[in-house]
Amino acid sequence: MDQQQAQVRERCRAITSASKRCRNLAVDERGFCKVHAGPRRIGAPTTMQRSPEALLAERVREFFEFMRRRTLGEYEIDSFGFDRELTEQILHPLALGLYRRWWRVTTLGVENVPMNGAGLLVGNHSGTLPWDAVMMKAAVLEEHPGNRHVRLLAADLAVSMPVLSHLARKAGNTVAIQQDSLQMLRSGELVGVFPEGYKGVGKPFGERYRLQRFGRGGFVEVALKARVPIVPVAIVGAEEIYPMVANLRPVARMFGLPYFPITPFFPLLGPLGLLPLPTKWMIEFGDPIPTDVYPEDAFEDTMLVFDLTDRIRDTIQQMLNRNLAARKGVFS
Amino acid sequence: MTRRVLVTGASGFLGRDLVRSLETEKSVEYIAAVDTKPIGGFDKAEFIRADVASPLIQRVIASTGVDTVVHADLTSSPLSVGGRSAQKERNVIGTMQLLGACQRVEAVEKVVVRSSTAVYGNDSSDPSILREDWSNLSEASGYSKDLADAETFARDFGRRRSRVKLTILRFANVMGPTAETSMTQLFSLPLIPTALGFDPRLQLLHEQDAVQVLRKSVVEDHPGVFNVAADGVLYLSQAIRLARRLPLPVVTPLGTIAGDVLRRFGVIDFPTDQTALLVHGRVVDTQRLKEVFGYKPVHTTRDALMSFLESPRASRSSALKDWQKELYEFAASRFAAMAGGPAPRPYVVGAGEDAGQASQPPAEAN
Repeated sequence: MDQQQAQVRERCRAITSASKRCRNLAVDERGFCKVHAGPRRIGAPTTMQRSPEALLAERVREFFEFMRRRTLGEYEIDSFGFDRELTEQILHPLALGLYRRWWRVTTLGVENVPMNGAGLLVGNHSGTLPWDAVMMKAAVLEEHPGNRHVRLLAADLAVSMPVLSHLARKAGNTVAIQQDSLQMLRSGELVGVFPEGYKGVGKPFGERYRLQRFGRGGFVEVALKARVPIVPVAIVGAEEIYPMVANLRPVARMFGLPYFPITPFFPLLGPLGLLPLPTKWMIEFGDPIPTDVYPEDAFEDTMLVFDLTDRIRDTIQQMLNRNLAARKGVFS
Repeated sequence: MTRRVLVTGASGFLGRDLVRSLETEKSVEYIAAVDTKPIGGFDKAEFIRADVASPLIQRVIASTGVDTVVHADLTSSPLSVGGRSAQKERNVIGTMQLLGACQRVEAVEKVVVRSSTAVYGNDSSDPSILREDWSNLSEASGYSKDLADAETFARDFGRRRSRVKLTILRFANVMGPTAETSMTQLFSLPLIPTALGFDPRLQLLHEQDAVQVLRKSVVEDHPGVFNVAADGVLYLSQAIRLARRLPLPVVTPLGTIAGDVLRRFGVIDFPTDQTALLVHGRVVDTQRLKEVFGYKPVHTTRDALMSFLESPRASRSSALKDWQKELYEFAASRFAAMAGGPAPRPYVVGAGEDAGQASQPPAEAN
């Protein structure tokens, strides 16, 4: 049916709060209708009126200007090492390719992400390699009307590995420790965290979409301290990108890794086995859970922290179950 | 109230500049500049040749009748003092002797210790922005161990003599037109060695800001521990580009060996324990400096780097450096030409006087 529509006239890509496709005609270049175009598209009419040649020329000019600035070191980074320009110009377009074409991500409820001010996004972690984190970041930057950057909290391995760790830092991510997350939240950033950690991302295929233990609730403690809302995030599709059928613990131990995955294609097909399967993804942002309704010192209340942790875990599990039931197939 | 000040490590650039700036201070009536190396060039200050690591220092403190002691004699470079054991002797035993002497001389009311952010060590799992209350649980080694020990002595001293106002200043890597530090040596090299696959965040401190903070802690009272660092952070890769230099990436274990070899030949004095800085980098929080101490650094990290790069000793040209500079200018002007606009003036003044105006890129002109 989607194809038929595309042949007639393109429809808006947005999904309404009733989980249905928006039926308005698409007007802007990104395939949104007037309602879902969002505030960044205020300047859109001018781009719409330009000829494709002029647009291309503008792109080329911007690119070389970017290259010149990069060559001369004329750019700013924040204290955490976030390189906004590199992220928006190079890393995000790459992620967006995967987001649109490879995993064809459908994003729901992005309006639940705070428009401004701090917020803590809490998601389910899966997929052997943390592609779900990359897609969550891309989803908010691309689909959210405020085009906000999610600052992810990464496990120690991701911050000590050469190349990747520094790339992650430049993309605005940091170490998963309280000092860093608190400081980011207090300066009004959106912070993303996957409390399951290695237990979630490295779980066997048979346990897919079954949430693991949510640590000791450190993320709830941080949210209570910073008094910021918690947004539960359910990611469907990432579990099947590398179906992990076995975990070679001795090999993992040898390399100092948390797990060493065996998938039907890895290490059988060598580097080709690292290619993630093109599953169909859905990322849903749930209703924000406020934390400023609790007293100032609520973070010291262990029972409350545990309660909230469980509540958020249940919410995400329910969102996962609902979206799994609605899913037509793993790849479509 | 007038002060009588004693400054140790007066031959170092920080001690020297502090003494000079205190000489212009009306509230300071006497300055004793202490060091083991003879130095001159002071108007008012009295140079006293003494070793802080010897018990004699107590006689110096007592006989000069000073009420303020600034300990700026902690050295990060083993080469300048004759090896690691001499460095440790000077840093640890020197601080111990000096503070012991201060404790016994009743007239001493204030002690300022110049420490460094190296005290935090380097670990990728540490907080990204270190605050004064962070202490690394993993064991420190080398220079950071020296600093940790020196600070512990200082705190113990502060507890025993609770009337004494104790200020501990943790300086970031100092850079500037006259400062001589491991960081300025690094950026003097024709090619800048980096750890392959690592791009650390650097935070610097301009030498003038460093001296100002020292001066303020002498003439005003600011007891406590403070991080002292400039605003702004640069990636090493970015700093190398700003310097119009090319990186020389080395595999990390090899890098340590290469560092040792270079050090042995006296090319660069970048101690092994500090090469970790070039892997993980270090950024500290300066909120306490701004709000409690009451000083906002005038120069940013980039200013500190640029002020060094533009200084005559850094811009001393060599064929390799000139070639790299031309390469940068050529690349930048090509990109600017392809972008279709006139090439804007580059940030580095020393590096490209004419790059902005030149219609022809230099390589084409040849």
